[in-house]
Amino acid sequence: MYRYDEVDQQIVDARVSEFRLQTERYLAGELPEEEFRPLRLMNGLYVQRYAPMLRVAIPYGQLNSEQLRALAQIADQYDKGYAHFSTRTNLQYNWPNIADVPDILADLAKVQMHAVQTSGNCIRNTTTDQFAGIAKDEVADPRPWCEIIRQWSTFHPEFAYLPRKFKIAVNARASQDNAAIEVHDIGLQLVKNEAGELGFAVYVGGGLGRTPIIGSLIQPFLPWQHLLTYLDAILRVYNLHGRRDNKYKARIKILVKALGPEVFAAKVDAEWQHLKDGPETLTQAEVERVCQHFIDPDYLPAQADAEQQLAQLRSDKPGFDRWLTRNLTEHKQPGYAAVTLSLKKVGIAPGDATSAQMRAAADLADRYSFGLLRVSHFQNLVLTDVRLEDLPALWQEAKEHGFASPTVGTLSDMICCPGGDFCSLANARSIPIAEALQARFDNLDFLYDLGDLELNISGCMNACGHHHVGNIGILGVDKKGQEFYQVSLGGESGSKASPSIGQIIGPSFSEQEIPQVVDTVLSVYVQQRQAEERFIDCFRRIGMAPFKEAVYAKAD
Amino acid sequence: MPKLINQQAELVADDYLWLEDLAQLPTDEQQGLLVPLALWQQARAELQRFKRLGVKLASDEFAELIAADLGKFSLVAIEFPKFVDGRGYSTARLLRERYNFTGELRAVGDVLLDQLHYLKRCGFSQFALRDDQNLAHASAMLQVFSDSYQSGVDQPQPLFRRRQLA
Ligand code: SF4
Repeated sequence: MYRYDEVDQQIVDARVSEFRLQTERYLAGELPEEEFRPLRLMNGLYVQRYAPMLRVAIPYGQLNSEQLRALAQIADQYDKGYAHFSTRTNLQYNWPNIADVPDILADLAKVQMHAVQTSGNCIRNTTTDQFAGIAKDEVADPRPWCEIIRQWSTFHPEFAYLPRKFKIAVNARASQDNAAIEVHDIGLQLVKNEAGELGFAVYVGGGLGRTPIIGSLIQPFLPWQHLLTYLDAILRVYNLHGRRDNKYKARIKILVKALGPEVFAAKVDAEWQHLKDGPETLTQAEVERVCQHFIDPDYLPAQADAEQQLAQLRSDKPGFDRWLTRNLTEHKQPGYAAVTLSLKKVGIAPGDATSAQMRAAADLADRYSFGLLRVSHFQNLVLTDVRLEDLPALWQEAKEHGFASPTVGTLSDMICCPGGDFCSLANARSIPIAEALQARFDNLDFLYDLGDLELNISGCMNACGHHHVGNIGILGVDKKGQEFYQVSLGGESGSKASPSIGQIIGPSFSEQEIPQVVDTVLSVYVQQRQAEERFIDCFRRIGMAPFKEAVYAKAD
Repeated sequence: MPKLINQQAELVADDYLWLEDLAQLPTDEQQGLLVPLALWQQARAELQRFKRLGVKLASDEFAELIAADLGKFSLVAIEFPKFVDGRGYSTARLLRERYNFTGELRAVGDVLLDQLHYLKRCGFSQFALRDDQNLAHASAMLQVFSDSYQSGVDQPQPLFRRRQLA
């Protein structure tokens, strides 16, 4: 992973001193809340429903064991001994004191971490596939590009006060898109042209939230050298022309839609003509420098009988077999696999981890995965480089620490935002919904029978829980001061084709009704599916009507 | 009164007269004048006689509107109606980097301590700090960062190019 040099460290340290001064001025009453607000947001600090929330950046989801231990230490020292992994692969502390935040940031800086631009109307943490660098079908490793974007976007002087937040995602796989780039402000797809040169297909103006839109392709092949100048051009057009009069209309997607993608693309191109080949043009030397940080670890040769032994163990131990079936991902390196450590244990809020679990995961990473981990947008941890012969031992230990729920990719692996229990923007709580659903559908055979099924829950239109792209999406809405939930079906992300946005099934439901509604939806699927047909494919074939009919027949 | 400072956080005198309409036009042509864009557009002939002329852009008045006239101005002021309105940063860079404006570039309006660093990087040479801002912190806020990743007006070479030389 990327390691800071002196200058990187200096920049992060300087940020800590700056924020320390700002916090002091705020606490001394010199800096009014209204003016402190954007500053604290750009340092990851929210003021939440019950307490401040600090969001720490985990750039493109990559983390080492030392960093994870430091995060655990912070959870113990400044918070209540746990933290929450978010759908943007960041980490959130729910109970820090504002006065402690500069110290927390200083502790983070010691392990080359920060909370820079994890909130606010600026360029946020760039995200990518949780299996970046180990997937078989990558055009190139996306992580060096994410790091290059991280450095370019960090304290970008021109784009610190954008009309609204700005999110960039990078995907490098041809067959799959775990980063959901087409629902980002900018989505970058690594591609090669006919001459075999590397570049990016650039999508702009996608997004979820109040107005879900799939991004438009405005540049089918941007040679890699021009990545930053082109990003500068897009951001400049947005900074100057994006709406600032209405925060619900301020995202770039609204500008792209208002102008039309062709006109927007032409504006970007006109701007880019001035910036192209300028100083921000990337050099081979820089790309190589950054790539050096992401070279493969020293993999051992695969043991000839490793696969056989595994097969034997699988047939002896059904639990192990289940775990491997759901929680293992193929690796480009023979003899290795990636293992998802599930943070979806029934009864615990999705994505939450205690400090003890964080330390345990760090130990597992040291022992089994070169000390490296990833955070996925499904709010799980991933050990990316596990030898096949280590899997049985890892499984045992993962079980002891509550990481071995063999449910990755199933209904039970739901995405869920913090919702009304923590978030001051929420219309409704989301964690109790997740818990009720996990409790109701806890039969593994049933979950496996349902197969791949993404259920996503957001507590409000901001869609942090990505409800639009869930096969089943649940959205908290406010009905005359009461918490209600709107259900949508047919969303999908991560697929080969474009992501699709779910359709709302009909009038919303109370908290108590939701488990039954989901149950009914699932029964319709089970009755109607054809052999091996996934939920989403079945939905696409039969449409909304049968689901709607069944759900409202029962609800009446 | 806002406090006008330079990039070293030193107080500087504002020797431009802020003129809103022609009725107040002084007779002394040596007097520095700062006028809104609209006034410049309507009264170019009268205003051009003044040796030190400044024009003020509102946040939605962009660089290209004065690009052709830049040679006539010794000062361009860019207004920040609210400090969170970030359009002025792009306008400033365009004036400096695309249109090669070398005169004074002044941030006016809701100009606060915590934005000084960004403003400086985008090419502002003067900052009319809002009157309640504590000058004692200005120097610290202008010097927090000893280096930056991106190309800017203050350092056109991005860090990655300088890293290669090191
Ligand atoms: S979706 Fe809404 S409720 Fe949930 S975390 Fe985001 S802002 Fe808060």
